[in-house]
Order: sequence, then structure tokens, then C-alpha cells
Amino acid sequence: MRKLALSDEILLKIEKPARYIGNEVNSVMKDKNEVDIRFAMCFPDVYEIGMSHLGIQILYDMFNRREDVWCERVYSPWMDLDKIMREKKIPLFALESQDPIKQFDFLGITIQYEMCYTNILQVLDLSGIPLFASERNEEDPIVIGGGPCTYNPEPLADFFDIFYIGEGETVYDELLDAYKEHKKIGSSRREFLERAAEIPGLYVPTFYDVTYHDDGTIASFEPNNVHAKPTIEKQMVLNVTDTYYPEKPVVPFIKVTQDRVVLEIQRGCIRGCRFCQAGMLYRPTRERALERLKEYAYKMLKSTGHEEISLSSLSSSDYSQLKGLVNFLIEEFKGKGINISLPSLRIDAFSLDVMSKVQDIKKSSLTFAPEAGSQRLRDVINKGLTEEIILEGAGQAFEGGWTRVKLYFMLGLPTETEEDMKEIAHLAEKVAERYYQIPKDQRNGKCQIVASTSFFIPKPFTPFQWATMCNKEDYIQKAHIVNNEMKAQLNRKSLKYNWHEADVTVLEGVFARGDRKVSKVILEAYKMGCLYDSWSEFFDNEKWMEAFEKTGVDIGFYNLRQRDMDEIFPWDFINIGVTKKFLQREWERAMKGEVTPNCKMKCAGCGAAIYGGGVCVESKN
Amino acid sequence: MLKARIKFRKYGVMKFIGHLDIMRYFQKAMRRAEIPIAFTGGYSPHMVMSFANPLGVGLTSDGEYFDIELSESVDFAQAVRRLNEVMVEGMEIVNMIEISDDKKKTGMAIVAAADYLSEFVMEHPVENLADKIDAFRSQPEIIVWKKTKKSEKDVNIKPMIYDMREQDGKVYMLVATGSVENLKPELVMQAFGKFLGIDLEETAMRHHRLEVYADVGSEGQRHLVPLDQLGI
Repeated sequence: MRKLALSDEILLKIEKPARYIGNEVNSVMKDKNEVDIRFAMCFPDVYEIGMSHLGIQILYDMFNRREDVWCERVYSPWMDLDKIMREKKIPLFALESQDPIKQFDFLGITIQYEMCYTNILQVLDLSGIPLFASERNEEDPIVIGGGPCTYNPEPLADFFDIFYIGEGETVYDELLDAYKEHKKIGSSRREFLERAAEIPGLYVPTFYDVTYHDDGTIASFEPNNVHAKPTIEKQMVLNVTDTYYPEKPVVPFIKVTQDRVVLEIQRGCIRGCRFCQAGMLYRPTRERALERLKEYAYKMLKSTGHEEISLSSLSSSDYSQLKGLVNFLIEEFKGKGINISLPSLRIDAFSLDVMSKVQDIKKSSLTFAPEAGSQRLRDVINKGLTEEIILEGAGQAFEGGWTRVKLYFMLGLPTETEEDMKEIAHLAEKVAERYYQIPKDQRNGKCQIVASTSFFIPKPFTPFQWATMCNKEDYIQKAHIVNNEMKAQLNRKSLKYNWHEADVTVLEGVFARGDRKVSKVILEAYKMGCLYDSWSEFFDNEKWMEAFEKTGVDIGFYNLRQRDMDEIFPWDFINIGVTKKFLQREWERAMKGEVTPNCKMKCAGCGAAIYGGGVCVESKN
Repeated sequence: MLKARIKFRKYGVMKFIGHLDIMRYFQKAMRRAEIPIAFTGGYSPHMVMSFANPLGVGLTSDGEYFDIELSESVDFAQAVRRLNEVMVEGMEIVNMIEISDDKKKTGMAIVAAADYLSEFVMEHPVENLADKIDAFRSQPEIIVWKKTKKSEKDVNIKPMIYDMREQDGKVYMLVATGSVENLKPELVMQAFGKFLGIDLEETAMRHHRLEVYADVGSEGQRHLVPLDQLGI
């Protein structure tokens, strides 16, 4: 029987002790004396969020297939335990062995969103690992970061030894082999990092120097070590069918956000929405073969016992074998009490038909993401959805018995005018009007149209990476314009409007396009007690503003400044295949309101064809 | 409809998994072991499964039960083996028996008592434990402040303690359990600790459930039988 890192008394005092005991179905136990490398894989948020992440499940499975590696999991302790661990000086531990993280060879941290940055410092701090990479020695684990936020790793550069840029399936084996060699010959930490820097896709921040112009923009970004390469190549699995995928994912005891079998049907997206980072980062679009997905569905449902299966991709409707896959899932599993959930489907006759089979129409709602209220602005952002398509889809849905529609929009998009904002309300009104066109005796009472807006945040490696943001007051003002217009609509009683707080948006903007200077603010905020910033009940904007003030970091520099076309961005040293030239061309087309066809319709020459695979090759056949 | 009762043990770190999560755990375990369990109808069908008296978080047990409905007959010995192959450490299926279709004989309704081994986690064990338990039990009444969902009040728990004695340096107790009367071992040990003058704020307790019983006696005569020995 394993000995737990926490005493019974502590575990019975805190919320959800199951977060910290491991022992879940399909979790992997090994003998620590029989392995060469111990890897702690971390999602810096609470267990229920971290356990829902597919990427960690993939890497956990991949690492543990190696006999010489034991990969374990670690998550952010919740606020209640965080306090106890600090008071009683209990070091952070991994769930499987319950051993302190400090004893591990690697601490891998997946960085999925900007608002987890203080939680990364919490994990390091509670582990007893120096926060700054420069202060770590031979006793400390190698701290390696991955995930979407590492496409601009600079705000976190001081805290990490290595960043893995891209998909994890490609070069981890090489890194682990290099580490084994390093342990065998007893080379220094620095020598190991030099070796790591030679592996494609691995970025060792300490081997680079950044200089700045007087105005604060970057003057130069150069390697200071011969082993470090000037450009880091994004890693990508060209063939997503014949690669790693967890047939036995870990099954949590407690309910987590993603409590189901997840089939990742494809990577990348053909659409090219200009605000969307994932749509650029994961090019080219690569589909996983239908037959393989069917195999995974059987095996994963059997090994987990989950009662639900879901598809994962950026845009499921673009998967060429969607009909075959969905029909297979329904025929094969529906009768066995397995729920089938189908997110991110375009609303059309096919999707309405399958949705009516797999969910209760009365309880479910339909989702559209027009992102912008007016056609003009939708052309600017290259969102191919038209008012006609929305009203057609909503109409079909209403006639099929649905009464609830959700509409997602963004405020603060480039070139946005007051008219564009008001059009959000007008579109919601038109959807409601479409419902009331159905004769009274044939419809199901009232409809409910819920429009939600978030504030647009320009992300690295998108055509909008040059865009300026707004300040908090302007954002709130925009939301008020929409809200007032909503109230002026004829069917206002059937319309509902939600908008997000603007505080977090401002911070996300700074971190998304920040440089190395931003690390000071993150550290200061953490020291002042900021933690779990993505949780509204813990987010403390006043503290953050104080941290900016204390460190002298200017929010306006990152969010409100007009960026020149030829400015060196902090993330320019990464090559994602999509060229800066293409992004610039797209930015210019956006300013003219010109749409760009999707990858399957016509190649736009983004640069990702250089990989020689995925949609770039298929669409030419 | 074929009904079966499954007896299981819960020990080790599994004591930190609460009742609702144990139910979810078994729903998934049934699928992993491919037990042909019956489902309810509707858009989100769920398994027909009913648990006997839920065990509190922090307690271990050798005698936990739930009843299921099967859609086809199975070899019980084989089903037990298949289930044990998909269990985690700290969960063990003890047996599986066929039970009557009669609703009155299933689930919560028949539970009447449970017995436990409890102890105070202290540096020095309580001296003359057997005598002290006798003294505790021979009080005319044992009043505790009992919180239920509906109310908080003083309750005399003495009639709900059917047996209480020293066993292997621990406290053995057989107490009323179920929907009519329910006494938790924590409450008994709190009262006992108070009687002994132990600082309960500072002292942890451990409780282990041994068995859950139905009462098959009549005319006020209690006759307790473990749930897996009731017969059809």
C-alpha cells in the first residue's frame, strides 16, 4: 500500500481529497528503482481542469510506454491545501508515487492559457524549486514548458529551462535519450541544456540575449551560445493516424470537466479566421483515419468504462469522414447507453439530424459563432459565416423543435464601428423573428436567444498580431452599446445578453504579446498573493494593477501601442511554417475587408505547405 | 427481472472517495467488466443500481453492498472475477448473489444495523479500555447533540447502540443503521471520547465498517443477518 504525502487529518479537512491521492483507473505505477528518468507532468490548475486535458493524457501514455521512464502527474493544489502546505512546509508531490517533485528529473508544465502563469510559480514554489531558471542547480529538476502559450514563451522565459515548441509526439524521445546519456556521463546541467538546445523545436531561453530600442521595442534577439539555433522550428506530427494516442486514459474518481472518452479527429483548421491563433499554429490541417478512430472508440470505452464519447477538433464539420464517424458512433454505442456529444458542428440538415438523435431537443441549445455582428466585420475577420446561413440553420432548427440558440461574438475587433456593435443585437433579433414566423400552434412557446460577447485579444502568429487593443473603460462602453441596443429590439423579451469582465482581457493582452520584461509583473503579482487568476472568485485586479505599478511595466506599451509592420516581435524567432509575410498580407486584406478562401477551396500560400503533408497535399490531389 | 447483490470492500486510499463518486466508479467498472446491467429508458439512460447505507468519507469497510438489475443472466463467480480484474487498489468485490425481485427486500429499505471497529489515534492507548466501555454503556442515557438534515437536537443514542465492547485494543460496536434509525460510529466515539475526557479537537479517529445487517426478526425481537446471507 502506498504511503500518501498528506496525512489523513489533512485529507479529511480539505475539499475533495481525491484530487491528491492518485490511484485512479489506468494511472501508471512503476518501481522508481527500475526506471532511469522520472518525469512529473503538470497542468498548473486544479485537478478537475488538468485531468480534462487531452495533451497530458497523450504524453503520459507516450512516456510511460518507455520502460526507462516513469511519468507521473501533478496539479495545482487548491487554495485550501495551498495554505496548509505553506504553513506545514509540505513539499508538492506527484500523484502516483506521492514523492516530492524536487526529486524528479523533469518537471513538464503545459501552458494552456495566460491566466495560469501565477499557478506555474506556485507549483515551482511549493516544490522547492527556485523560481528563476538561473538559480537552479544540479539538484533541481529540468523545468520544461509546452502548449499553446509557448508560441510566445517570453513572459515566462526566466522561469523555464527549456520550452518545447509544438506537438509533443516528435522529439521527446530524443530529449529523454539525451538526458539518460547526460546522467550516465555525469555532465553538468548547462552541458545538458546545450545538448537540448541542439534538438529541433527546443528553446533554451538562457542561451539568447535580447536588446531593446529606446522605445522599448526589440532591437535584436540573438543566441549567445553556439549550441543554440537562431530559429526554433515548430514540431508537428505529419501523420496523425500512425502516432501515439492513449488507449487507456486515466479515469478520475471525481467528476472533472471532461469526463468522457475524447476522440481527436484532426489537428489544425482550414478556415483561416484572422483572429484565431490555433488556426495558424496547427497548420496544415491533418485528419486522423476513420478506421483508426473506430478502433480507439472501442478500446477507450472498454478500458475506461466512460458513459460518454466526444469528438475533439477545431472544426468538426470540416472532417471529411464526419458522416461515417457519427453514424458509426450512433449505431454502435447509442444502444449501449453511451452518450455521444458533438461539439463544434456547423448547423445544417445533417448536424440537426444527428443532434436530434443524440440529445434531447427540449433541453439542448444550438450554438453559432458569428464572432462579429455585421457582414462587413465578418469579412474583416475572415469568418465565412453569413447572416443567410445563420438564419437558414436557425430556421431549420426551430422547425425541428429547438427553441434555444446561443450566439457568440467578439467586441473590440480591428476596424469595429458602433454600427458593427449594434448589429450584434440586430442579428439576435432576426434569429428571434425567424422563430416567431412559425405559426403559433406549431411552435413550442417562446424562444430564447442568448448572445454572449468576449473581448478580442490579438495573439502572436495571427494576421491580427499587429492590432491594438482598447483600455478597460472602452471595452465596458462597447458592451453597454450592445446591451442598450438589445433592449431596443422588438423581441427583447426573447433576447438575453452576457458579456465578460474586461479586467482579465487587459492582462491576457499583455501576456499574449509580452516580452521578457513582463516576467517581473508576474513574479510581483504572485508574491502579492495572486493565484488562480482564471477563477473569477480569486482574481484580484487591484493587486495586479499594483504589481504593474511597482514594477514599472506599462500596460499601454503592450496593448494600446500601434505596432509597425517591420517591428521585431518577441516570438519572431519561432518558425510555425506560416510566414510573417503571409500574416502581413492577411492583415492588409483584412483592412480592405477582403476574404481569403479556406485551404480546401484554394491554397492561400501561407507557408505551411513546406511540411509536405495534410490538407496542403490532399487538396492538390 | 434478474436482480443481484454485490458485496465489496473499501480500504486504503479509497476511504477518501465519497459515496457519489463510488457510485460513478462502479458504473464505469460495470462497463469495463462488461456486466450486462439493465438501463432505464430516456435520453440519458442510467444503470439500475441501488446502494445500501452510504459510507462516510474517511471510513474503510469490509461489508459494502449494492443491488443491480441484470439484462441477462451471468455466471456470478465469473462476474466477480471480471470485476476484480478492473478494480483499483483499495476496492475488492467479495461476492455476488441473486436476490429476490421483491422491492421491499432491496437497497436501503432492509438495512437495520452495521458494526464497526473504531479507535482513537493517540500516542498512548486508552488503559483498561474494556472496563471503560462498560462504564460508558452502563450510563442511564447517552445524550449527544445530533445534527440531521432537518434539525439539530439532543438525542439519547443509548438505545441505538446494540452492542459495544473492546476488541483487539479497539472499540467494537453494533449500531442502528438505515432509514428508520441511523447512528454513525463517529458520534458514538465522540460521546465516548467526551466521557473519557479526551481532547477531541486534537485526536483523530479511525473507523472501519465490518458488516451491514438486515433485521429478519419479528414482534420486536431483533434478528440481524448480513445482507449477503438473506437468501432469496
